[in-house]
Amino acid sequence: MIAIIDYDAGNIRSVGNALQRLGAEYELTADPARILAADKVILPGVGNAAEAMASLEARGLCGLVKTLRRPVLGICVGMQLMCRDSEEGPTQCLGIFDAHVRRFTEAPDAKVPHMGWNAIGNLDSKLFKGLDGGSFVYFVHSYFPGLCPDTIATCRHGEQLFSAALKYENFYGTQFHPEKSGSVGAAILQNFLAL
Amino acid sequence: MVAKRIIPCLDVKDGQVVKGINFEGLREVGDAVDMGVKYSRDGADELVYLDISATQEGRRTFAALVERIAQGIDIPFTVGGGIGSIEDAARLLDAGADKISVNSAAIADPTLISRIASKYGSQFVVVAIDAKCIEGRWTCTTHGGKRLTDVELFSWAREAQERGAGEILFTSMDHDGTCAGYADDVYARLTDELTIPVIASGGAGSVEDIRRVLTEGRADAALAASIFHYGQIPIPQLKQALRAAGINVRI
Repeated sequence: MIAIIDYDAGNIRSVGNALQRLGAEYELTADPARILAADKVILPGVGNAAEAMASLEARGLCGLVKTLRRPVLGICVGMQLMCRDSEEGPTQCLGIFDAHVRRFTEAPDAKVPHMGWNAIGNLDSKLFKGLDGGSFVYFVHSYFPGLCPDTIATCRHGEQLFSAALKYENFYGTQFHPEKSGSVGAAILQNFLAL
Repeated sequence: MVAKRIIPCLDVKDGQVVKGINFEGLREVGDAVDMGVKYSRDGADELVYLDISATQEGRRTFAALVERIAQGIDIPFTVGGGIGSIEDAARLLDAGADKISVNSAAIADPTLISRIASKYGSQFVVVAIDAKCIEGRWTCTTHGGKRLTDVELFSWAREAQERGAGEILFTSMDHDGTCAGYADDVYARLTDELTIPVIASGGAGSVEDIRRVLTEGRADAALAASIFHYGQIPIPQLKQALRAAGINVRI
């Protein structure tokens, strides 16, 4: 059973739909006992990082997420919450990944938000098994985690190179939306399910 | 670099995809979910579904359809047509839409854009604009092109951006349905004046039309309907041709 953490942080239904297409069983829950009992946990999130962090805290889940020992996947803002801190707010985050989240600087070749399909490279994790550098995935974000020792995939927006994915021990995070990234995204989710 | 996007547009009436010419004379072309799944497999980057039902019954059918679309396809999709309130937008978000597009209702009440954007984020709000050139002035229309307003295209697009629109989807009513090319110069100017992405719509008849609007027209995305629905230009071939022309597209 996969637990998708339900903490009122935007449209989390599409993650469930994607798991359903892969034939995986899942539940949306904010119940600590259910999250602890799950084989794998997904922390989704869209919107504002500070609000999402407050929402996770209000449900008393911040400490719990950090102590999980099964594979955990943060998606988009869910991944940013697993970083050290974010300029959006600003807010302190969970501090699982050693990355600081900051805002893109607008430029003629780098519109903000960074929205659309972009290529990822320097793939360095089982999460990307079977995929080649240059694969396209779908992004929608204005803030990004910088490069750090936990970086397992990179992406470039204008001049800015940033972490498209992070990993620390059993914790994984993608800045892009695998649930909206066509067959490449499905392969990434499948790889996560197979961990 | 973000790839240039290819977006099939599906006009939906009572669950069926239909296509009209110059917004009149409808013809059924297929099931909305099946066609979406096929396009996403073919390499479409995004889909736009427009509800053109005029009845309450049709609107309810559409909301149920959006749920099935969200279950079936694995790329982002925008839904629009008749969205007049933040409640309409919320209902479609709950059904699984990634973005909504507002058109006539935003011209009637521009605060609709800011209200939806501040609640759900700019990435959720596409402002669709239908305009035609009247004596050298690009003038916005509403209600599927039937009503002329006194609103000027470029000033309205800038206001929409300031109010929190995440993207502008501009359809030239002078080009729509002609298959004779997009209004390239208008997109180039919109792109100059705005910082948000611009989606070109109306006039696609060939690969060359799409290449031109993405290069000379500097549009971020090209939307089309008939050339995809009737199989005139298969998306895989289109993308190969665009890539061969040096355009960054996802293959």
